[in-house]
Amino acid sequence: MVQRNSVFANLDWVSILLWMVMIGFGWMNIYSANIMEADGGVFDLSQRFGKQLIWIGASLLLAMLMLVLDAKFYFYFSYLLYLVMLGVLLGVLVFGKEIHGAKSWFVIGGFQLQPSEFAKLITALALANLLTSHNYNIRKFWHLVKAFAIIAAPPMLILLQPDLGSALVYSAFILVLFREGFSTNIMMMLATLGLLFFTTLLLDKALILLFMVIISLIIYMVVARSFKKGVVNGLLVAIVFGVLYGTDYLLKTEFSPFLMGLAALIPVALVITVKGFWLREYVQMKILTGLFISIVFIISVDFAMKNVLKPHQQHRIYVTLGIEDDPQGVGYNVNQSKIAIGSGGFSGKGYLKGTQTKLHFVPEQSTDFIFCTVGEEWGFLGTTFVILLYVGFFLRMIFLAERQRSSFSRIFGYGFISVMLLHFIVNIGMTIGLLPVIGIPLPFFSYGGSSLWTFTMFLFIFLRLDASRLEYIR
Amino acid sequence: MNQYTDRRYVFAVAIILVGLIFMIRLFQIQVIDKSYEQYALSNAQSVRVIYPARGLIYDRNGKIMVYNKAAYDIMVTPRLVEPFDTTELCEILKISRESVRERLESARSYSSRVPSVFMKQVSYENAALLQEKMFQFPGLYVQTRTLREYTSPIASHALGYVGEVDQAILDSEPYYQLGDYIGVSGVEKAYEEYLKGQKGKNIFLKDVHNQTIESYQNGRLDVTVEVGKNLTSTLDMALQEYGEKLMSPYVGSVVALEPSTGEVLALVSAPTYSPDLLVGRSLGVEFGKLATDTLNPLFNRALMAQYPPGSTFKTIMALIGLQEKVISKRTEHHCYYGFYVGNIHTRCHLHETPLNLIEAIQNSCNTYFINVLKSTLQDVKFSNTAEAYNNWRNHLLSMGLTQPLGIELTNELDGNIPTPDYYNRIYGENHWNYLTIRSLAIGQGELLVTPLQMANMTATIANRGYYITPHLVREIEGEESIDESLQERHYTTIDTSCYGPIVDGMDLVVNGGKGSTARNARIKGITVCGKTGTAENPHGNDHSIFIAFAPKENPKIAIAVYVENQGFGTTYAAPIASLMIEKYLSGEVKRGWYENWVMQLIQPVAPARKKDSLVADTLQNNESDDGTEE
Repeated sequence: MVQRNSVFANLDWVSILLWMVMIGFGWMNIYSANIMEADGGVFDLSQRFGKQLIWIGASLLLAMLMLVLDAKFYFYFSYLLYLVMLGVLLGVLVFGKEIHGAKSWFVIGGFQLQPSEFAKLITALALANLLTSHNYNIRKFWHLVKAFAIIAAPPMLILLQPDLGSALVYSAFILVLFREGFSTNIMMMLATLGLLFFTTLLLDKALILLFMVIISLIIYMVVARSFKKGVVNGLLVAIVFGVLYGTDYLLKTEFSPFLMGLAALIPVALVITVKGFWLREYVQMKILTGLFISIVFIISVDFAMKNVLKPHQQHRIYVTLGIEDDPQGVGYNVNQSKIAIGSGGFSGKGYLKGTQTKLHFVPEQSTDFIFCTVGEEWGFLGTTFVILLYVGFFLRMIFLAERQRSSFSRIFGYGFISVMLLHFIVNIGMTIGLLPVIGIPLPFFSYGGSSLWTFTMFLFIFLRLDASRLEYIR
Repeated sequence: MNQYTDRRYVFAVAIILVGLIFMIRLFQIQVIDKSYEQYALSNAQSVRVIYPARGLIYDRNGKIMVYNKAAYDIMVTPRLVEPFDTTELCEILKISRESVRERLESARSYSSRVPSVFMKQVSYENAALLQEKMFQFPGLYVQTRTLREYTSPIASHALGYVGEVDQAILDSEPYYQLGDYIGVSGVEKAYEEYLKGQKGKNIFLKDVHNQTIESYQNGRLDVTVEVGKNLTSTLDMALQEYGEKLMSPYVGSVVALEPSTGEVLALVSAPTYSPDLLVGRSLGVEFGKLATDTLNPLFNRALMAQYPPGSTFKTIMALIGLQEKVISKRTEHHCYYGFYVGNIHTRCHLHETPLNLIEAIQNSCNTYFINVLKSTLQDVKFSNTAEAYNNWRNHLLSMGLTQPLGIELTNELDGNIPTPDYYNRIYGENHWNYLTIRSLAIGQGELLVTPLQMANMTATIANRGYYITPHLVREIEGEESIDESLQERHYTTIDTSCYGPIVDGMDLVVNGGKGSTARNARIKGITVCGKTGTAENPHGNDHSIFIAFAPKENPKIAIAVYVENQGFGTTYAAPIASLMIEKYLSGEVKRGWYENWVMQLIQPVAPARKKDSLVADTLQNNESDDGTEE
């Protein structure tokens, strides 16, 4: 009993207040988005706002439950939970119900549960456990592989449902690794790959190859401190390319410029490698390796775009990148969403007075596009308030995470921050047309029990760990 | 344990940066860019237009002439169309699958959001059937409109017709939308402002499925539909119908006016066509047929045909002579089969001689009026012929003969009374005199007037000195009176006292003894005053002309009848005028035999000579100098 009292005494009430504001304001907007068809009052359980009240009530109970459990429980059971969760994710593939073309739901007595939501939470626990295990060093390769394995297993199963949005969320855990000392170089490389990913979609592959070769040469010139060597290698590539292109032109075989460029690189790369081994100069080899990885990446992205992604997913990415324009088709969601938010103006149309969201112009207006209702009815003032609310909440969470004595608590906290941050960025980014439409909810705001419960449990487990911040957990 | 603590700042900065980017973007789309508000409005508002019924048109006695019938257009909004049972639609509308596809295609090419006409004017039964099953055909709806209907197929030229607005109107007048109807000609066009009413507008909120949800802002922005204003026309339906019947074998025109008010009692242009032809769906086809008809029924001869007035113009010659005091009613001239000076001669028919002014009108003596022209143009008040001529012409100006009179219809043309400059140009200054232009004295030569002007001229004589601009509408519902300019008296430059002898002469033309030219226009119990005319016509036979008013004192009707290519004025035009006066003044025609006789008189029209313009021909006619007059 003494311990329990101490939990409540040490609770961070600021976070709980922010949490309540988010949930409360979120519910108000769900109510507004659905009020047109309602006739049974606020507690009309046939309506989404009525159901959401149940989810909120249940999440309060869940929050209490999270708080009464011992802090060490989360640490001790994390791996077990992780294994169970993997089992459940496998189970949903077999026993789940298919909704909107994805087998991601368990239907239990009229309620739908989405296990992929809870999986994020458990992955965060397992990752925190791994990173705090004895002698763990994130800078060691095999240790890092273990971390990636934990992060990657759930999204692999989720992709089989298939639910790209939920799977994508797991990339947020890279941020946790970053906080825990993951090499900045690798982070930079990942960023480079990200950049390459988008440029592959936007630009011609041959052009990217040309840029990469030029950049490699520049790096080589800087590192080797020799202008001459760079120019010599450049000329070498150019000459080989010229010869290849010439013969191709004469023979009229019409290989693509990208393939020609690749072919031109091979003999030059061979020469450099042999020379490098002979002279024991490894700088050139490193640059070559980087170039090689990038080329493989470009080819695989190109292949994935054309063969792995479904046409509608390709389309969404293309529309967001501005490659395609289609306001009635794929762009419809984003277009309507922007219209709804934009029509709110500075101070909004007034609560319950929005037209775009209520009249169903905006799709999924109480789940993924709930931010539109805020934008339309509360205007710029309302949207700014929501964004400041989230930013404030994140900063508070960072503050809490950093004051932990136990690495486990901190890592779990960062897991929570990263996942929620990704949700926040992707969700709001897509409603205002900055990011592709990827259907993930706005935490604490959007309609839906699974999401609300997951993030509530996330928060309250963290708060429970925070309440025991003076203890050493691990 | 806690390494890399500095990296927390990367997180904090990144989060704040993201927040800032979002806020900037939101500021841009919510505060700076106002276009989203417009998009939102057009997204969520559905404007349902209610078309007003067009104003009705009554005749002067309150009998209905033009009313409306409902028509049903099937409209389509291509964006909302979902796959439906084409066979069923084909069955209801009785069209082929091909046609359905084509109609959808053409609607789509116009706009996918804006409704366009899928099928025009389907029958009530089909529209009702479709309405019942409308839920099966998302994207289609029935739009009720009104079409014109006529109680009897008359007065097409006066009433005009209603058609769909064209691009020019769409561009210039924002009130009209594609597919709206507008008065294209006649009274329908002139009084469009009153007849059209005001379209009503109900604004609804609609959802993404285009289902209306509720009235927008409780209907505060709605516009109530206003039915078009009814008009009372000046036309007398019975007289108009009778006139069209009498003229049906002929080509020409009859215009009847009420002298005291300028109201048009009948406006006949023959051949005519039934106004029913130019309604709704058939308009396009029928208009094409009428437009290519060799007799040109669409041509409104009453307002647009420029004819030489012939001998009817002698009344005006007399009036000007009396006003300028170059003749008196006792002035006498001799005439022996024509007017001779040197080798110039203008023939005249056999009559007693000498004649005074009144007798000269009665007998329609050519010689007499050439002498009147001579006296007028050689008047010592003026220094030369041109000056005297100009004064003469100014009198005509005051009688409304040189410019369009200003009837409401927009297609009215003016006559042609040459200016002195015109003759100066042709003959050289001071190189022309009364002899050169003597054809004018007998209403020939360059002189051209429209039947409306001729009728107005007759009304002026009947009024003894003034006219009121002829008009077709006497009352507008909700307006106190018609336009002031249509009520104002236009006094001529001829004194009222001068009219007496002319009226007496016109009385004798009809009611005189030997030498009277239009005894066949007599009506028992009514003193008809008239004047015949026969216009030389290079295109074929002479035109037959008659002007008349009745009764002599306090005239109720003034009429001008122009029958093309039929010969003497007495034979054709005079009986028609007489019958119409009888019809109007006594309500019925007792001389049924006479009516039948008039209508069977028709002669085959002589083949036209190869001449392009009437003016050019009359010029030549003037030179050839063989004006034959009664």
